[in-house]
Amino acid sequence: MGKRVLLKGNEAAAEAALIAGCTHYFAYPITPQNEISAYMAKRMPKLNRTFLQAESEIAACNMVYGAAATGVRAMTSSSSPGIALKQEAFSYIAGAEVPAVVINMMRGGPGLGNIAGSQGDYNMCVRGGSNGDFHNLVYAPSTVQELADLTLKAFDVAEKYRILALILGDGYLAQMSEPCVLPEPSGERHEKPWALTGAEGRDAQVIKSLRLADGVLEVHNRHLEEKYKAVEAAEVMFENFMCDDADFILVAYGTASRVCKAAVMRLREKGVKAGVFRPITLWPYPYEALSAAAAGKKKVLTVEMSLGQMLLDVQLAVRGEVPVDFLGRPGGGVPMVDEVEERVLSYGR
Amino acid sequence: MYSEILFAGFGGQGVILAGKILCIAAMNDGKNVSHIPSYGAEMRGGTANCSVVISDGLIASPVTPMYDIAVVMNTPSLLKFEKSVRPGGKLLINSSLIDVEPTRTDIEIIKIDANDISEKAGSHKAANMAMLGKLIAVEPELCSPQALYDALDTAISERNKKFNPVNIAVMKLGGGIDV
Repeated sequence: MGKRVLLKGNEAAAEAALIAGCTHYFAYPITPQNEISAYMAKRMPKLNRTFLQAESEIAACNMVYGAAATGVRAMTSSSSPGIALKQEAFSYIAGAEVPAVVINMMRGGPGLGNIAGSQGDYNMCVRGGSNGDFHNLVYAPSTVQELADLTLKAFDVAEKYRILALILGDGYLAQMSEPCVLPEPSGERHEKPWALTGAEGRDAQVIKSLRLADGVLEVHNRHLEEKYKAVEAAEVMFENFMCDDADFILVAYGTASRVCKAAVMRLREKGVKAGVFRPITLWPYPYEALSAAAAGKKKVLTVEMSLGQMLLDVQLAVRGEVPVDFLGRPGGGVPMVDEVEERVLSYGR
Repeated sequence: MYSEILFAGFGGQGVILAGKILCIAAMNDGKNVSHIPSYGAEMRGGTANCSVVISDGLIASPVTPMYDIAVVMNTPSLLKFEKSVRPGGKLLINSSLIDVEPTRTDIEIIKIDANDISEKAGSHKAANMAMLGKLIAVEPELCSPQALYDALDTAISERNKKFNPVNIAVMKLGGGIDV
């Protein structure tokens, strides 16, 4: 195992992408993720890889689309308003089925909002954000270590399914430094017979998202549907933190889940049995696992750094069988351990 | 233990670096740590600060509205953060630069002539090291003195490593250890 080093979230994510074999990174600056670009600008030329600062967010993401179509591992990163702009390319990437990795270090919104960490992009990143029937695979890391590990994994999984894998972090995770052991390269590589590598010795191939001929798009949508089902069957990730014997289940992802874990530790010291269910993939969402974890409990409390966006998925998982409460802070606020603890204590025994 | 610490001063005093050094030292002593700089709309010459959490267990949030210990290195930081120390907590004041008296009576006030100590050891720039030395002298469970000295190896850039013997001397003097 490697050495434990103190790393800033942004730098850990950037280094993990390099370890994963990311050869092309396209940037457009925005706080609080600028250290990713700064790190790549410094390191990539030395590794003889491509760092390019584009003229806009959408251009950077279309460059990822173009580069990935040639079979290379490509990435871009941004923060909320910048991700909103990149999303046109997300839809094309989904339609054309090229693998791509995007990091979103969420900040407060709507609009330009502020630069503090937030979880206000759940709806945009998990449920939609662009046109057509498609999904992005969405990972929600909660520590710098997990951010590094999932960034590495995102490249492998994106390539395996020819899908866009999105790392959904927040400004706090981006800016904080924590001990981290940089991951080893996985070595995983998938054949890319579809890649545009120059048509020497073979027929020309086309990568596109436009399918005008009668019925062709529906066939393609069905093919995508099969792929998404395979992702749902194989790629769901979650953490069950002391839920088994708990009376109360807290559901939270990313930074908010850390606060919930601390609240659970304090509640347990007071003899209140609580646990945290933490989705690690937001799409595919761990509906079944959450449903099982919540079964027979007294209450489910969803905690978010937003006004309640993942809440809908929690309600879908729980299906009204257990009452679902919500505690959230928008605009860069982080729910405090005291607040979460008090809310659970208010439920009585 | 779970200790939330603020380092605050003006840009250039090395408050962000002081937080990093403490984190690396505590990490190497086997603690969990987190460090987050203020990254708001700061201006050149304005105030800078960072929040550090050191814990035996998991760290909930890197940001906190209240601190167990605040290390303030200039007057604006004292005025801004005096109220952010928890009752019973500690406020470390760089008395070389701060001539305002704190008003709180429910916290422990610890004064240190950090710039003067740094000058005495032969550096104009190591007041942050004096504050760190004092911090671990009054709060020894954060990390060992040796871990703090060793952390300089990782935290200080190659071109500034030549200053580390002086930095260590200032840390020791700040902590009341003769050199």
